[in-house]
Amino acid sequence: MILTKAQYDEIAQCLVSVPPTRQSLRKLKQRFPSQSQATLLSIFSQEYQKHIKRTHAKHHTLEAIESYYQRYLNGVLKNGAAPVLLELANEVDYAPSLMARIILERFLQEHEETPPSKSVINSMLRDPSQIPDGVLANQVYQCTVNDCCYGPLVDCIKHAIGHEHEVLLRDLLLEKNLSFLDEDQLRAKGYDKTPDFILQVPVVMLCPLAVEGHIIHWIESKASFGDECSHHAYLHDQFWSYWNRFGPGLVIYWYGFIQELDCNRERGILLKACFPTDIVTLCHSTA
Amino acid sequence: MAAVLESLLREEVSVAAAVRWIARRTQSSEDSPGEAAVLRSLRPLRKEFVPFLLNFLREQSCRVLPQGPPTPAKAPGASATLPGRPGGPPRGGRGARSQLFPPPEPPSPAAEAPLARRGGRRRGPAPARERGSRGPGGPEEGVGGESLPWAGARRLRGSGSPSSPSLALCDPPNLSNLEEFPPVGSVPPGPAGTKPSRRINPTPVSEERSLSKPKTCFTSPPISCVPSSQPSALDTSPWGLGLPPGCRSLQEEREMLRKERSKQLQQSPTPSCPTPESGSPLPSRTGSLTDEAADPARVSSRQRLELVALVYSSCIAENLVPNLFLELFFVLQLLTARRMVAAKDSDLEPGPGVLESVGSPLFQSIHDCVFFAVRVLERQFPVLSYLDKGTLKLLAENERLLCFSPALQGRLRAAYEGSVAKVSLVMLPSAQAVSFQPETDNRANFSSDRAFHTFKKQRDVFYEVLREWEDHHEEPGWDFEKGLGSRIRAMMGQLSAACSHSHFVRLFQKQLLQMCQSPGGAGGTVLGEAPDVLSMLGADKLGRLRRLQERLVAPQSSGGPCPPPTFPGCQGFFRDFILSASSFQFNQHLMDSLSLKIRELNGLTLPPHEPNDDEGEADVDWQGERRQFAMVLLSLRLLAKFLGFVAFLPYRGPEPPPTRELQDSILALRSQVPPVLDVRTLLWQGLRARRAVLTVPWLVEFLSFADHIVPLLDYYRSIFSLLLHLHRSLVLAQEREGEMCFLNKLLLLAVLGWLFQIPTVPEDLFFSEEDQSDGFQVDAVSSEYGLDSVPVVDQQLLYTCCPYIGELRKLLASWVSGSSGRSGGFVRKITPTTTTGLGAQPPQTSQGLQAQLAQAFFHNQPPSLRRTVEFVAERIGSNCVKHIKATLVADLVRQAEALLQEQLVAQGQEGGEAAQLVESLCSQLCPHGAQALTQGREFCQKKSPGAVRALLPEETPAAVLSSAENIAVGLATEKACTWLSANITALIRREVKAAVSRILRAQGPEPAVRGERRGCSRACEHHAPLPSHLISEIKDVLSLAAGPRDPEEGVPPEHLEQLLGQLGQTLQCRQFLCPPAEQHLAKCSVELASLLVADKIPILGPPAQRRLERGQARRLLHMLLSLWKEDFQAPVPLRLLLSPRNVGLLADTRPREWDLLLFLLRELVEKGLMGRMEIEACLGSLRAAQWPEDFSEELATLFNLFLTEPPLPEPQLRACELVQPNRGTVLAQS
Repeated sequence: MILTKAQYDEIAQCLVSVPPTRQSLRKLKQRFPSQSQATLLSIFSQEYQKHIKRTHAKHHTLEAIESYYQRYLNGVLKNGAAPVLLELANEVDYAPSLMARIILERFLQEHEETPPSKSVINSMLRDPSQIPDGVLANQVYQCTVNDCCYGPLVDCIKHAIGHEHEVLLRDLLLEKNLSFLDEDQLRAKGYDKTPDFILQVPVVMLCPLAVEGHIIHWIESKASFGDECSHHAYLHDQFWSYWNRFGPGLVIYWYGFIQELDCNRERGILLKACFPTDIVTLCHSTA
Repeated sequence: MAAVLESLLREEVSVAAAVRWIARRTQSSEDSPGEAAVLRSLRPLRKEFVPFLLNFLREQSCRVLPQGPPTPAKAPGASATLPGRPGGPPRGGRGARSQLFPPPEPPSPAAEAPLARRGGRRRGPAPARERGSRGPGGPEEGVGGESLPWAGARRLRGSGSPSSPSLALCDPPNLSNLEEFPPVGSVPPGPAGTKPSRRINPTPVSEERSLSKPKTCFTSPPISCVPSSQPSALDTSPWGLGLPPGCRSLQEEREMLRKERSKQLQQSPTPSCPTPESGSPLPSRTGSLTDEAADPARVSSRQRLELVALVYSSCIAENLVPNLFLELFFVLQLLTARRMVAAKDSDLEPGPGVLESVGSPLFQSIHDCVFFAVRVLERQFPVLSYLDKGTLKLLAENERLLCFSPALQGRLRAAYEGSVAKVSLVMLPSAQAVSFQPETDNRANFSSDRAFHTFKKQRDVFYEVLREWEDHHEEPGWDFEKGLGSRIRAMMGQLSAACSHSHFVRLFQKQLLQMCQSPGGAGGTVLGEAPDVLSMLGADKLGRLRRLQERLVAPQSSGGPCPPPTFPGCQGFFRDFILSASSFQFNQHLMDSLSLKIRELNGLTLPPHEPNDDEGEADVDWQGERRQFAMVLLSLRLLAKFLGFVAFLPYRGPEPPPTRELQDSILALRSQVPPVLDVRTLLWQGLRARRAVLTVPWLVEFLSFADHIVPLLDYYRSIFSLLLHLHRSLVLAQEREGEMCFLNKLLLLAVLGWLFQIPTVPEDLFFSEEDQSDGFQVDAVSSEYGLDSVPVVDQQLLYTCCPYIGELRKLLASWVSGSSGRSGGFVRKITPTTTTGLGAQPPQTSQGLQAQLAQAFFHNQPPSLRRTVEFVAERIGSNCVKHIKATLVADLVRQAEALLQEQLVAQGQEGGEAAQLVESLCSQLCPHGAQALTQGREFCQKKSPGAVRALLPEETPAAVLSSAENIAVGLATEKACTWLSANITALIRREVKAAVSRILRAQGPEPAVRGERRGCSRACEHHAPLPSHLISEIKDVLSLAAGPRDPEEGVPPEHLEQLLGQLGQTLQCRQFLCPPAEQHLAKCSVELASLLVADKIPILGPPAQRRLERGQARRLLHMLLSLWKEDFQAPVPLRLLLSPRNVGLLADTRPREWDLLLFLLRELVEKGLMGRMEIEACLGSLRAAQWPEDFSEELATLFNLFLTEPPLPEPQLRACELVQPNRGTVLAQS
C-alpha cells in the first residue's frame, strides 16, 4: 500500500486527537474503506505515538501527576467499578496504558517504603494481579486491555507482527533459493550491525521502466508503514549503517510507505511494500 | 649555443656529431677531426645548449602561438644571451608585441651579475621567485589557506653566456610565454619587500588570447583566479631585461597594454596579416580567427628550418629534453597555428636570398611553422604511432600534414587503421562502502566494548560525511571545512585508542582505493551494474551507451600538457578529510598503513609474460596479467600520492626559505629526519629487478608532493639523480633484446617529464646533471625476465596515468573544430576496478633447497601454473585452519561444556569464579591442541591435490601435475601448521572462555528454555492464523469483557469457539510463533478461562440471552484444557486462575456459580496440568485475601469440597458428574 504524501496527509489529518480505542479504529476503517486495515492501524499507531511524544512531558509534571492521582482516588471512591482511569486518560488526551503507569507509580510511592523499580512496575502492568490493591488492579487492567497503541499486549502484538514478517520473508528467500545469513548468524559472527538478512550472493531487482536494476545485498523487513519520521530514524540508525557495511540493499515496508521517501534508490537503498517479483540472480554457467 | 647552431648551419659540424656532443657521449670515431675541434672549443657551452634551443624555439614561435595555450618550457636561459650582447638596440625577431615596450636599455655590467646568478635559486641570496595563484582542484587548496607555488611559473635565468656574440634573438619580452611572464595573482598579501621578483601577466594582446585560457596550463593559474590588478607593490620587478625605470610600475604597464589592445581591436578589421615573404598586405579578413592557409611552396629558409628540426628531433630522441610530450605539444601547436601575428615590415629580415643566419627569425610565416612541425613529426613517427587511435585519426586527417608530407600522412593513416588502442576516459564514480569483514572488524579485534561501539559509530559518521560531500561538493559556495570540518574533528576526537586509529585508517585506505580507482574496464558488479543486466542489453547497445556516457562525463581538459598534481574527483574528499581532521595520530597511522600497502603491492609477484605457442589460451592469461598489472600500478600511484601528500604536508609552504642561512638550517634539520618510506631502496631494487615500469610511476606521484627542501636533501637528491639517468637511458629508438618495451618506456618518459616540470623540483636539476650518463649502469640481477621487458603497459594505462597526453588530441581536435584553447574542467583518472585484496603474496618457504627446486620447477612452466599452486596452497592452508576450528576445537569446547556442567552440578550451581573455571578447563584441554598439527597435515594432504587437478588444464603432464600437487600440499601444510602451532592454544582458550561465559549466563536469572521444541509437522502448509492476529482478537474479547462497552457490543458465542480453534491451529503450526507471542497467548487463554468461569463474557444476542450457556462454557473450557495440555509449549500461568483478581470476578456475579471453577480445578488435576498440592496452596492463600463475608464462606466450602474429592477420580464419577447437576453448584446455591 504505497501512498503519496498527499494521501498520507489526508489520513493523518483525520487522526488528530483521536483516542486509541477499539471504537476509534472502527470509525477509521469506515472512513477509509479502500485502505488496508493493517496499514491504517499502523499509521494510526505511529501518528498517535508522535502525538504522545509531543505531549509526554506535560503529563509528567508533579502537578499533573498529583492532580490525576487525586481525580483517580475521588473517582474510585465514588464507584470502584466505573472505568475511572480509562475515562481520565481519554479526557486529558493521554494513552490509557501510560496513564495507568503514572497512577500505579504514584500509588506505589505512597504505599511502599522504597520507590518502585521499573521492572516491578512493568511486571505489574503485564500481570495486574500482582498489584496489591484490587480496585487499582482492575482499573489498570481495563486501561491496558483497552489501549490499542500502548501497553504490554500491544507491544507483544507488534513484536509478533515483526517476527511473522521476518519468517515470511525467510520463507520467500528459501522459496527463491537465495542463500542468506540471518540476524542471529550475523550476530554470532560478530557483525556490529545486523540487517534481517544478508544475501550471500547478491541479486538484482529490476524495476519497470528502468533500464538497469538495483543490486541488493541485504534485506530489512519492517512490519509497519514507512512514514517520514520513522523512515528517517531507520535510515540514520539502520539502513545507512547497512549500506556502509554491506552495500546497497532493500527495505520492505509490509504495510506500505510514502512514495516520496523512495528517493535513495540510486544511492543504494530501495523501498518496496512486498517481496520483489523481478529478481535476477547470478547465473551459474554450466559450460 | 648560437655558435653551435651557426656551425651546424655552416655545415662545419654534422647534426649527428652535434647531438652526440650534446648528449655528452664519448666522442665517436664517426666524428671528423674538424668537427671534434669545433666542438671542443665550444665545450663550456654544452650544458646550456638544450635549454637554449628550447627557449629559442619558444621565443621564435611567440608570434604564431598567441592564441593557443602556451607551451611551458621549463628551461633555463631564455634570455641568457642578452647580457652578453654588445649593446645597441635589438634587432630582428620582433613581433608586433615587441612594440609595446620601449627598447630596453643595455644592462650595465653591475646589473648583469645578479641576474646571471639568479639561475640557481639556491645560490642567489634572494632568488627570483615567481608565484602564481591557486588553481582549482590543485593540491594547495585548503592548505591552511596558503597559496602554494604549484601554478606559479618560474624560470631559470640561465647562467649568462658571455660568448654568444652574434645572437640577437631575445630582445623583446616574450609575452606569450608565460614562463617568462607568469601572472601575478595569488601572492598572499605579505611583506612585499621579500618578494622582489613578481611578474605581471600582461593582458593578452590578441583577442584570441583573451578568450582562451592559457593559464590553465601548468605554469599559470586559470584566468578567473587572476586579480585584475595588483598595485605597485612590485616596484623592483626585474624584467631581467633592463626596462627603463618608468616602465616598472605594473599599473603603467597594464595601462600600456590596455591601450595597445584597444588599438589592436580598432585595427582588427583592417589588414592585419601581411605575409612577410611577399611584403604585400593580404586581402582584408574579417574576424581574426580565420586560419591562414599553409603552403609548402612558400616556406622560407628551408635549409635552416630543416637543420633546426633535425637537431631538435635528435634532442627529443635522445631524451635531452625534459618532457617529451611537452615538446610534442609544442610541435603540434606549431602545426595548428592559425595565423601569424602581424610584424612590422621593418622588423623583418629581408627574406630569401640573404644568407640565413640564426639571427633572423626562424619562423617567418605560418608556412615555416608548419614545415618545421611536420619535419619534427616525421622523425617522431614512432612515438606518434603509439598514441591512441583518436589522436592518430586527427593527425592523419590534418590537411596541413597531408599537404606538407604525404608520406607521413600515409604512415599515420596506416597506423591509425592498424591501431586497436581505443582509449576511454569514462569515469564512473561509484561510492561503494567498504564491506564489513568479521575477521577484522568484529568485537574480538577491539580492546574493549567501548572501542568497538565507538568505531561502529565512527564508521557510520564517516559515510554520512562522505554522502554529504557527494551531495554538496559541486554546489557553488559549499565549503568542505565549513560543512564537515567540525563533525570530522569530533569523530576523530573519539578515536582514543591506538587500535581504533588503525581500524579507522584501514577503513579510510580501503575506501580510498575503492572509490578513487573508479573502474574503467571490467568489474560490472563494482560498477553497481549486474552483469546479467548488461548482457541483456547487448554488447552493441552497451558500447553505444558507454560512448555516450563518455561524451557526457569525460572532462574537456586536464589543464594543459603539464597540469599540477591534483586530487580530482573523489580524491578531493580524502584530501580534504585529511586536512580537516588535522589529526597527528591519524596522519601517522595513515602513513604507516600507506607505506605498508605500497611495499606490499610494489613487491607483488607479477609473473612476467612469456610468449606462448598456443595463442588463444595464453591471450586469456595475458589479458588478466595486464589487468592485474594495471590495477596494482594504479593502486600504487594512488597510495603513493596520498603518502606523499601526508608525509610532506607539514613542510609545505608557499615558497622556499627566503635566505640561504635559513635554508641551510632547515636542510641540516631535515636531513636528520628519516624518510617516511625508504623509496630510494625501493627504487634501487626496482631498477635492479627491472621493474622500473612498476616502481617509477608511483615514486613520481610520491615525489610530486615534495616540498621545496626535499630535492636538496642528499637522500632525495640521489633519487632525482637516479631518475634523471633513467630518463636519459630510455631512448625510444633503441629496441634491443631484453630492453624495455616501447610503451613501458613511453609511460616512464611521460611521468618523469611531468615530474621535472613540478615547481618544487629545481629547474636547473635537469640540465645541470654533471655525471656521465654512461655511469648509469644498473647491474640488473635478474635482467632476463624483468617486468620492464614485458609489454605490461597499453595505451589505456598510459592515458589513464598521464591524462595530459590527451591534450595532444584536444589540441588537434580544437584545430578541427576551429576554436582553440577551449578548456575547463579536469580529468578524473580512470582506473580499472579493484575492490579488495589484490592477490596474496606467495607464502615464504623456509626450506632452502626445496624452495629452490620448486622455483626451478615453476621456471619452465606457464606462469598460470605457479599462480594456481600458490592460490591453492593459500586457500587450502586457510581452510585448514577453519577446519581445525570446526572440528578439533569445537570438540574440545563441547568437552569443556560437559566438564563445566559436571562441575556446576557437583558444586551446586556455584561454579566459582569464571576466570578460575576457564583456567582449569584450559589446563585440561589445551594439551589436546597438539593434535591440530597432525590433523592439519592430513587435511592439506587430502584436499590440495584435488584442487590443483581441478584448476590445471587437463593436458598437464602427469609428472608436472604430481609435482604441482606436492608443492601445493607442502605450501598449504606449511602455512597452516605455522599458524596453528603459533595460535592453537590461544584459539582454544578463546573458544572455551566464550563457552564458559555462555553457560554461566544461561545459569543466570532467566534459565534457558530447556527441552526440544517441536516444530510443525512436515505436511503443514503454514496456513494457520498468525499469532499477532490471534492476540489481537483475544485482546478485543478481553477488552469487551473488561468494558466499558457500547450496548450493542458483544461476542457471538460461535466466535469464541472459532477463536480457540484457531489458537489450536496456530499452536500446532508454530511457523510464525515466537516465544513472547506464545507466552502472551498462554496468559490470555488463562484470562479467557477465568472470564468463562465467572461468566463475564458479553455475548451478542437478545438481552435475555446475554450469557453463555453452561454447556457452551464447559465445551470452551474443555478446549482450553486441551490446548494447555497438548499444544502450548511455553509454560501456561495456570495459577492465575486462582489469583484473587480472577477469583474475585466471581464475587460480582449473582447468583454466584462455582461449578465451572470446581470443574476446571478437577480437570486441571486430572490432566496433570496442576498438582493437587499446588491448587490447595493457591486456595489457601486465597482465603487470606479480604473478601465480603459471604464470599469467604463460599470459598471455604469450595475449598473443602475440593479437598474431599478423591485424589484420583473414578471414571464413573466423572461421567455421572457430567450428566447430573453437580454438587458444586448445589452447594454454592444453597
